[in-house]
Amino acid sequence: MDFSAIRSRLAGAEGRLYWRSLGELADTPQFREYLHREFPEQASEWNDPKGRRQFLKLMSASLALAGVSACTKQPPEKIIPYVRQPEDMVPGKPLFFATAVPFGGYAQPVLVESHEGHPTKVEGNPEHPASLGATDIFGQAAILTLYDPDRAQSVMNRGEIRVWGEFLTAIKSALGAQRGKQGAGLHFLTETITSPTLAEQITLIQQAYPQAKWYQWDPVARDGARSAARQAGGAEATHHFDKADVIVALDSDFLGCGPAAIRYCKDFAARRRVADDKKEMNRLYAVESTPTLTGARADHRLALRASEIEGFARALAGAVGSGGAAAAGTSVSGRDAQKWVASIAKDLQAHRGRSLVIAGDYQPAAVHTLARAMNQALGNVGTTITYAPAVEVNAMEQLASLRELVQAMDAGQVDVLVIMGSNPVFTAPVDLKFQERLGKVGFSVHHSQFFDETSAYCHWNLPEAHAFESWGDVRSFEGTVTIMQPLIAPLYDGRTATELLAAFIDAQNGKSAHDLVKEYWTRAHGGKVGGWTITDANGQAFATPDAFWKHALHDGFVTGTASGPGARGAGSASGAVAASGASIAPTTPESAPRTPNPAPRQDASASEASGSGGLEIIFRPDPTIWDGRFANNGWLQELPKPITKITWDPAAWISVRTAQEKGLNDADLVELRYRGNTAKLPVAIVPGHPDNSVTVFFGYGRQRIGRVGQAADDQAKQFDVFRLRTSDAPWFGNGLEISKAGRYVIARTQEHHLMEGRHPVRTGTLKEYEENPKFVAEMGETPPRALSLIPAWEYNSYRWGMAIDLSTCTGCSTCTIACVAENNIPVVGKDQVNRGREMHWIRVDHYFSGNPLEPSSIETHHQPVPCMQCETAPCELVCPVGATTHSAEGLNDMVYNRCVGTRYCSNNCPYKVRRFNFLLYSDWNTESLYPLRNPDVTVRSRGVMEKCTYCVQRINFARIEAKKQDRRIQDGEIIPACAQACPADAIVFGDLSDPNSAVTRLKAQQRNYVLLEELNTRPRTTYLAALRNANPELEPSSGTASRTEH
Amino acid sequence: MDPKPATYPAAPLIEPGHTFGSITDKISAVVLSGRQPISWFVVLSIGLLLCGMLGMAITWLLIKGTGIWGINIPVGWGFAIINFVWWIGIGHAGTLISAILLLLKQGWRTSINRFAEAMTIFAVMCAGLFPLIHTGRPWLAAYWLFPYPNTMSIWPQFRSPLIWDVFAVSTYFTVSLLFWYVGLIPDLATLRDKAKHRGLRIAYGMLSLGWRGSARHWQRYEHIYLLLAGLSTPLVLSVHTVVSFDFAIGIVPGWHATIFPPYFVAGAIYAGFAMVLTLAIPLRKIYGLEDFITMRHLENMAKVTLLTGLIVAYGYMSEAFFGFYSANKYEGFMIWNRMTGPYWPYYWTLVFCNILTPQWLWIKRVRTSPLPLFMVAMVVNCGMWLERFVIVITSLHRDFLPSSWGMYYPTMWDWMTFVGTLGLFITLFFLFIRALPMISIFEMRSMAPEARMPGGKGH
Repeated sequence: MDFSAIRSRLAGAEGRLYWRSLGELADTPQFREYLHREFPEQASEWNDPKGRRQFLKLMSASLALAGVSACTKQPPEKIIPYVRQPEDMVPGKPLFFATAVPFGGYAQPVLVESHEGHPTKVEGNPEHPASLGATDIFGQAAILTLYDPDRAQSVMNRGEIRVWGEFLTAIKSALGAQRGKQGAGLHFLTETITSPTLAEQITLIQQAYPQAKWYQWDPVARDGARSAARQAGGAEATHHFDKADVIVALDSDFLGCGPAAIRYCKDFAARRRVADDKKEMNRLYAVESTPTLTGARADHRLALRASEIEGFARALAGAVGSGGAAAAGTSVSGRDAQKWVASIAKDLQAHRGRSLVIAGDYQPAAVHTLARAMNQALGNVGTTITYAPAVEVNAMEQLASLRELVQAMDAGQVDVLVIMGSNPVFTAPVDLKFQERLGKVGFSVHHSQFFDETSAYCHWNLPEAHAFESWGDVRSFEGTVTIMQPLIAPLYDGRTATELLAAFIDAQNGKSAHDLVKEYWTRAHGGKVGGWTITDANGQAFATPDAFWKHALHDGFVTGTASGPGARGAGSASGAVAASGASIAPTTPESAPRTPNPAPRQDASASEASGSGGLEIIFRPDPTIWDGRFANNGWLQELPKPITKITWDPAAWISVRTAQEKGLNDADLVELRYRGNTAKLPVAIVPGHPDNSVTVFFGYGRQRIGRVGQAADDQAKQFDVFRLRTSDAPWFGNGLEISKAGRYVIARTQEHHLMEGRHPVRTGTLKEYEENPKFVAEMGETPPRALSLIPAWEYNSYRWGMAIDLSTCTGCSTCTIACVAENNIPVVGKDQVNRGREMHWIRVDHYFSGNPLEPSSIETHHQPVPCMQCETAPCELVCPVGATTHSAEGLNDMVYNRCVGTRYCSNNCPYKVRRFNFLLYSDWNTESLYPLRNPDVTVRSRGVMEKCTYCVQRINFARIEAKKQDRRIQDGEIIPACAQACPADAIVFGDLSDPNSAVTRLKAQQRNYVLLEELNTRPRTTYLAALRNANPELEPSSGTASRTEH
Repeated sequence: MDPKPATYPAAPLIEPGHTFGSITDKISAVVLSGRQPISWFVVLSIGLLLCGMLGMAITWLLIKGTGIWGINIPVGWGFAIINFVWWIGIGHAGTLISAILLLLKQGWRTSINRFAEAMTIFAVMCAGLFPLIHTGRPWLAAYWLFPYPNTMSIWPQFRSPLIWDVFAVSTYFTVSLLFWYVGLIPDLATLRDKAKHRGLRIAYGMLSLGWRGSARHWQRYEHIYLLLAGLSTPLVLSVHTVVSFDFAIGIVPGWHATIFPPYFVAGAIYAGFAMVLTLAIPLRKIYGLEDFITMRHLENMAKVTLLTGLIVAYGYMSEAFFGFYSANKYEGFMIWNRMTGPYWPYYWTLVFCNILTPQWLWIKRVRTSPLPLFMVAMVVNCGMWLERFVIVITSLHRDFLPSSWGMYYPTMWDWMTFVGTLGLFITLFFLFIRALPMISIFEMRSMAPEARMPGGKGH
């Protein structure tokens, strides 16, 4: 209690001052905050769409009184111009800052667009080897989390608001007790860490408290890969898809997730891009359980249950002769699999040194070891796969680590527990009973972005600063360090992990994150820590640490920090291999990889194919909200999940046959019983899913996070799949029982997944294309040009156009979310999506073909569909007020001010790419979201049609720049948001009047075709047909070839 | 002029025994006696309640936006457009009866033209509400769709059928209103003369525009009435033709068909006559007007209904035939989807209502029995509403790209608005019955035997 404040308030009071408590009397910021948050649930209801009913009740009363309030005069609000213009800040002109978004501990290197000091958009860092300009959905959505009004906002102690200083006092006294026993009761739980600064801080803490323990827990940890790496000497694999001709993915979604997915996708796509003069492409075999984007892109996909993958890998290893795999054919059953093993092995053998076998993150170590052995045997090491020391600090098997922590907690050994970032109460395997055991900890601290399940059971809750508010450093999958710089001062009372750890280190007390990071890198530059030789891009040393610091911040990476031989891109490391800063790593990685030893192991009980007769359960992180950490991100919630196109909800995926056997339909609610635990999930029937197997996704059923992600009712709380997960079988296991428990409403953006013989996606095999390159054109009919009554448009300047290559598109949906971020597209909520009113300007259509009863026969096609910008646009003709018109450069401009909302344009659009504001979808109430909006794009109001504009604001920006310099806009100068974010570079935009532009050249390809060409709309957006590099041996014989048989 | 029984071989158009005086008294008594049957109060109360509901639905619509309805992407038009087309169609019978049958010198139109015209006007009022409120921003659509001079030189887009629609419907409403009002003037004068209450005399006096029944008045009246009839006649065809363009100009399979204009016009007359029957049969019963609206009227209307019903049936068949014959996969799928897709019950109910049910009208006993006729008319009313539902919804919900297929489910607010306009129609119609002669007095007088005296012209 601040008595001096009370005294000064009393002294300044006139007359009698009434107060209810000493807190009120002191009128401290904490008290005001407390007052505001006293009824936080009701307080947030005002803006909560779910609480709208309540709101409406009040609304009716306030409407009656609305006239009364209109009599008040608006208070004057003065605006003040800059007295002195900040350097580089030109109003209306965005600045870009390089930083990184950590995800799973690894860097996603980004450039963040900032308008007048507020960040608005995330782009990939084109110079960083882990991004090359692209991002993934999580990187794009990070900007929304920054402005999320539900983020943890203040330091809390047992539900009461405190200030940081009070926490420091508390931790000091707690540490005082630890000092005596060498920190034996001091325990840290973090997620995966790659930050050299944090690594050093942990080292320093362990020096001061030698008995202190450090655990790691990330529910989507890559334990299998780590453990295989440790057996092989600690070196982790980096894959080089740009050099691989034949790729075998063993339940690996290397295109869809993982720290390297963006780069892998870039490299993979580069080898898949076919041109009329380059008719060759790589070949991908996917042997997988849960259908993934990688499987969808594969040339051949074999659907196996997750537990059968190991047997297949063993058989394949035997067939490619990688030795040690004596048990060939052990659990490969069925003639199909035998044929697959033989054909793939033959193909791999034929491409020695140019092939690649990659094991999935969720497969056990044995599969990773087998993959290592196969790559070794095929001579791929050094070409398509390289081994380098782990980038992670103290890479450990995280499940074991968490188990150890829980044992220590149970034994009462944990006096002080500091949980950083992780949310173990929600995510820990259910048998570890984390929540219960957390109660035995005397002093628990939770450092997190949201007040979540774990926060509720910890004594101290410290809000974590968002990446864009933080100074820090983080490494990408191939080791390159990015120094993170803040884009904005912390919006709330957030601190970085570095600042939190500094509280435990005497020498660092009170230092800011900026100082700590800069100090570390000043020493690293001098070669004192880290063991890197830091140079500029030309290999020259920097003159001063300051010069280096500025350079590193500007570029977004530190040249020379890439690890091992995997280093590529911006200046390779000159052989500098170091076990990062963390000298406390228990296993020091060796610099040279040992030959892996694929001893046949049958340890994983879960991988036993035969079980108790129940189904197999497969656990996966949710494709959009991951392990639940993005549950409060409306963009990600509303992003249709790949394959199923479900939004806002999880689903249990089952195959068509299993659904038939169990009598289940889409959107049935099922009860899942597994090892004594139950959960309920709606069912999604997914053709291509292996039979007798059920995939469930983490992330839903959040008890606490915020208004968007929190489970709305008891039923939604049962969606928590972590309740089923046990520590002995973290990724799959047998013995699942399911039974129907009702119906559930699933909001999908696409209900129909068959092409109905209409060929919206034109596909063929590479062989067909080689034999008859015109086969794509022959699949459609081109109407004669002279059919129109209305004269053709004439263009004197640019003619914008787009080409989308369906051979490289993986369907990852990054384009959709990039478009949402760029164009201020509102989130409409589950109910509105269910009514068919999602607002995405570019959607990714998804089609199946094949026999639904044979999972391996299923082909999956993806097709991003933005506005086609038709030459003879059906929408333009029917608008009664001329709100959609043809521009001089061939765009279909949408004039929001003029639109009265007849929706005829949308009815008449054969591509159905127009989106209508049926209600007031833009959030005009949440103040924290104001700075998020792109100031170059209108925020649309109710009753107005909207659609893709080819990012006309970017076109205009480039036009102004070009005009200033009196030149034409160059090819590649304008990149729409979707194309910029695309990790596969599948979307190309440019000027069609320029015969040399990239897009013109693509459109000249024989694979180029027009969607719904027979309608004579003559779109500016065209597609390049999807080609499959089929292995003739695995093609279904003509007798059994089955396309969409129903 | 000699009576020509050969012209009227069937039942008489007016029961025997009526004189000029009895006709005038009987029809004007409904307005002037001040006594209304209890059913009038019941129906008007229901109508007013429904109007209140309509008001509520529109208020909520203006507060929240069109999202309270069931429309979505791909089904951008829903109940509002269905109801619009339905109401406009109903209006057509009134114009046809008053204008075309007048020009064709069909004497039997006389006893039904007044309330049929009133029906037209009220139906168009109900219809006109929908295009306005179905827009996202009605406060702008209310005037941006008209070509008014403005400093920005922004005009409507004349290529859009919706603009044609604005002109067609507003012209139609104006001409219909004028036609109806001009026809009312002699009767308003009669009411003025017969009214006992001073206020009523003044009110009817002002409305009758100084009509004294002089020969010059009658001559001018005949001229203008004929001119307006001539003006209305093309409108009967043009309005629904333009309404059909709202669909036919679009490229949506199921909309983009050249048969739409005649098919829509026939459908409109079909629906309109069904609605006239729906109104006439109870009215003649309640107000004891069987003498004036005779079985012959009902039978004639039944015949027109049957004829137009057959044209509509031809339209359906040609739609189905061309779906297959065109070899266009989208057209073929569209008709197949109508018949077997998720909305199949609507399509087959439509076939039952609009094709099968009117076949009863081949039987003379059905044509001349009020109750069966009323039931057939009600079924056709429903059927024609379903037809619009099938055209609007089943065409839109599955168009070209299977990925964007969707479903349409009307919400409570859709129903409230639709039923609310029924209430508005009932309210307006029953107020009309109360305030104005529902049958043309002076024209009925021309039907009386007295009018057929040698030298008598009828007025």
